[in-house]
Amino acid sequence: MTIKANTRQVDGVTVVDLSGRITLGEGSTILRDTVRELLGRGQKKILVNLGDVNYIDSSGIGELVSGYTTVTNQGGQLKLLNLTKKVRDLLQITKLITVFDIFDEETAAVRSFT
Amino acid sequence: MKKAMPSTGRVEVRLESSLESVDLAEEMARRFAQAAGFSEEDLDKIGMSVREGLVNAVHHGNKYDTHKRAGLRLEMEGPNLVVTVTDQGSGFELAGVPNPLASENLLKQTGRGIFLMRAFMDEVEVRRLSPTGTEVRMTKHAVPTNGKEEQR
Repeated sequence: MTIKANTRQVDGVTVVDLSGRITLGEGSTILRDTVRELLGRGQKKILVNLGDVNYIDSSGIGELVSGYTTVTNQGGQLKLLNLTKKVRDLLQITKLITVFDIFDEETAAVRSFT
Repeated sequence: MKKAMPSTGRVEVRLESSLESVDLAEEMARRFAQAAGFSEEDLDKIGMSVREGLVNAVHHGNKYDTHKRAGLRLEMEGPNLVVTVTDQGSGFELAGVPNPLASENLLKQTGRGIFLMRAFMDEVEVRRLSPTGTEVRMTKHAVPTNGKEEQR
């Protein structure tokens, strides 16, 4: 299975529920397209739920970073929710854990958006 | 791929320069390493390293050229797993690969493949092939070394 993305609105924040693998090809493309589509609709508060993502390769990491910089450059915020151990370890190794705002609880994550 | 892998010996394939080959190579490596007795955690590390190697080979090296092939060799050298990935691209200098952990590179979209291979495998060597191409040779130790935690 590659990846599925569903979006929902919670108190003005768009939560993107991802499931599957974010890897080079369809996985990273879906993530990129989802972020672009949200920005195109003016939705700049984006919470990416990675709870059902158990695999990300370097291309997937690159797409997360690209999404983060794109949203930030447009005056928005992109944050991460519910990292699995594998994904958290990857972000730790790549030092990106210091870049992203990461939450384990959705309500607190939604409330953190300004 | 469902074919059983030998726990020792060697598997060598030449793959099309496609994303399907990346998935296939990862699966082959995981099965080979599993048959050799590596832990689940190591299988993840080996699988991802092979994936990154194949992505480099078919994407950056061969640029999806249908006339070029990516090579994958899996073999046990004593207790160690040795993975060799080759491409037929124009090659690159390892010294020219920027450090993805440097603050100026942290937000770059690309450039983490070799870094992850080095993080997950015990040895990674890159060399240019003649007349063209690149070979990446990765080794995963199956026994404790230098007092490191046991891995299998």
